[in-house]
Amino acid sequence: MKLPPSTIILKPGNSEQNETGSWRSLKPVVDAEKCNGCGLCWLYCPEPAITKGKPVVIDYRYCKGCGICANECPVKAIVMVEEGQK
Amino acid sequence: MNGMIEIRFHGRGGQGAVTAARLLAEAAFAEGKYSQALPFFGAERRGAPVLAFTRIDSRPIRIRTQIYEPDYVVVLDPSLLEVVSVASGIKHDGLIVLNSKKNAQFSHAKTAFVDATSIAKEMLGVPITNTAMLGAFAKATKLVSLDSLINVTKGRFSGKLADKNIAAIKAAYEQTKVIT
Amino acid sequence: MKQLVTGDEAAAIAAKLARVKVISAYPITPQTIIVERLAEFVADGELDAEYIKVESEHSALSACLGSAAVGARTFTATSSQGLMLMSEILFVASGMRLPIVMANANRSLSAPLSIWCDQQDSVAVRDCGWIQLYCENNQEVLDSTIQAFRIAEESLLPVMVCFDGYILSHTAEPVEIPEQAEVDKFLPPYKYPYLLDPEKPITMGAVGVPEYYEEFRYMLQEAVLKSKEKIIEVGQAFGRQFGRKSDLIECYRSDDADVILLTMGSLSGSVKEVIDEYRGHDERVGLVKVRAFRPFPEKELVDSLAHAKAIAVLEKDFSPGSTGALFSDLSGTFVNSRKSPLLLNFICGLGGRDVSSLQIREATKAAMEAAKIGEVKKTVRWLGLRETMVGLKP
Repeated sequence: MKLPPSTIILKPGNSEQNETGSWRSLKPVVDAEKCNGCGLCWLYCPEPAITKGKPVVIDYRYCKGCGICANECPVKAIVMVEEGQK
Repeated sequence: MNGMIEIRFHGRGGQGAVTAARLLAEAAFAEGKYSQALPFFGAERRGAPVLAFTRIDSRPIRIRTQIYEPDYVVVLDPSLLEVVSVASGIKHDGLIVLNSKKNAQFSHAKTAFVDATSIAKEMLGVPITNTAMLGAFAKATKLVSLDSLINVTKGRFSGKLADKNIAAIKAAYEQTKVIT
Repeated sequence: MKQLVTGDEAAAIAAKLARVKVISAYPITPQTIIVERLAEFVADGELDAEYIKVESEHSALSACLGSAAVGARTFTATSSQGLMLMSEILFVASGMRLPIVMANANRSLSAPLSIWCDQQDSVAVRDCGWIQLYCENNQEVLDSTIQAFRIAEESLLPVMVCFDGYILSHTAEPVEIPEQAEVDKFLPPYKYPYLLDPEKPITMGAVGVPEYYEEFRYMLQEAVLKSKEKIIEVGQAFGRQFGRKSDLIECYRSDDADVILLTMGSLSGSVKEVIDEYRGHDERVGLVKVRAFRPFPEKELVDSLAHAKAIAVLEKDFSPGSTGALFSDLSGTFVNSRKSPLLLNFICGLGGRDVSSLQIREATKAAMEAAKIGEVKKTVRWLGLRETMVGLKP
C-alpha cells in the first residue's frame, strides 16, 4: 500500500471503519421502561453512538463505554454494567 | 569613469543620510552607471551619529563591506566634526564635502563646504540637510549632474515637498565653495 | 526593466509577479518593508490577493497552512525572532507537504538583543524540512523568490528564500525586473493535488501513529533530497527564459584552485573581489557559493572541492558546543570520500559585524598556510574577535 505524501485521508467518513466498541470495559444498558426519550444522552454522547427515540438505541459498535449518558440521564434509565456481565 | 567610486555619508539620525545615499545611487543609476546604496543602521535614535554608503561604478558592484577608504565623504551635520573622525581612511586625493559655515582643514583631503543647515531651514523649514548636501556634492565632485539629482528628487518626493527639496539642492549647488 | 531596489523590495515585487493569492505575515525588522509593500500592492488593487492580518508569526504561518491547503499560492516573510516563533509551524508545513514560500531577511538571535544581520536564525531551523536558498544579491532575491514558487509547487515542499538583513534587505542596487507576462509563462497557476474542499471532504494532518510515522518522515527525506533535481531543473528553465540561471552551488574561479573559500549569502560578493586580488598575484584561490543549503548539495560540493588542498568555510552562524553549521555539514560530506581537503572554519559577521576585505584575506591566508604545511593548526576561528574583551589576552 503506497501512502500519500503526508497523513492525508482522501475518503470522507473513514472513522466509521474504526469500530471503537472494542475499547469498552463498561457497557451502558438502557432500561426501556424508565427511558422518557428526552434525548439528553444523545446530545452528550461524544462518539456519537446513540440514536434518538423512546427508548434510545445505543450503537455498541462505536460506544466506548465512557458513561456520560448514564451520568446525564435525568431519570436514571441508563446503568453501566461490566462488559461480559450481560 | 575609472574604477569604483566610494562615498561615505556621516549624519545624525533624522537628517536623511540613508535617503541621501540612495538618491545619489539613483542619480548615478539614471546616468547609466551601476550603483549601490548601503545604509548602516545603528540603534536608531534621532540625533545619534549614523553612516550610509554609496558605491558607483561602470561595472556591476559585488563588494558589500562597509566603506573604509572612501573617495568622498559627505558630512551632513557640522557638529559631527568634533565627535566623529570623518576623514578616517579617506584616499589621498579624496574630498570631504562639509555642511559648515566655514572651511575645515584635513591633513590629506581636499574640502568643499556650504551652510546647508541655513539653506535647509530656509527652503524646507527644518534642518534636514540631506538634499542640500547632495547639491553640494554634485557641485564639488561633478560625479552626477544637477539635472539627475533633481529628477530623482522628483521621484522620491511629491508636490511641494519635491519643489522645496529641489530648491535646497539648487541653492546649495550655487553656494558651495570648493577649496583646492 | 532595470530598477534600483532593495532586497526587501525585490522580494515583494517577486511575490507580486508570482501572483500570490494569500499573504499572511507579521512585521519584523529588517523584513518589514516586504510586508509593507505587499500590503500596499493589495490595498492599491495592483495585486489580487488576500492579506491576512495576524497577531504573531505563529499565527501568520498557521494561516498560511490553511491557504496553501485550499490551493492558494501562499507567501509569508519573517526574520530572526519571528522565525523562531514560527518554528513549531515550520515543521507542520513541511510535514503536511504544503508549498508555502517564505522570504527570510537574515538577522541574529537574542540574547543579546540585536536587529542586525547574521544567519543564525535560518540555520537554527535547517532541520525543519524546508528547502533553504541563500541569495548573494538583490537580483538573486527576486529570481530565487520567483523560482521558489515553482520548486515548492512541483516538489510539494515549502521553500525559504534567505537573504542577509540590511546588507541586502536595505541596500538598493540595480535589479532586472521581468515582465508580468513572462513570469506568468514561467509560473502557471498553482494546483494543489490534495485540495481541501468542503464539497469533497478529506482529512489533512492526521495523527501519525508509530506504525506509520517513520514512513512519512522517510518520504519527507526523499522529497527534500529529490528537490535537488527540481532546483536545478527550475534554475535552468529560468535561465532559458530570463537569461540568468541558478544552480545548487556556484563555482567562481575554483576549478584549478588550491584554496577554496566556501560561504553562503551576500558575503560571496565581497569574497569574489578578494579572489580576484589573489588571482592578480597568480595565487590559485577560488570561491564556491552554496545557494541551496537544504537540500545539502553533498555530491556537488565533493565534486567541486575535492581537488583543492584547503577549504575555508566562512559563515555567519555557529552551533554552540560544535562548529559552524555549514562546516559540520561539509565535514560530513567528505567522511566517506577517498580524498578530503583540509577544512578550516571561520565564524564571522555575527550580529551585524562587518566582514571586511581584511578579514576575508585573513581567512584566505590561514587556508593558504594550511595548504602549504599540510595541516590545520586551529580548526575553528572567529574573525574580528577582540580577544582582550573575552579574556583570551590580557
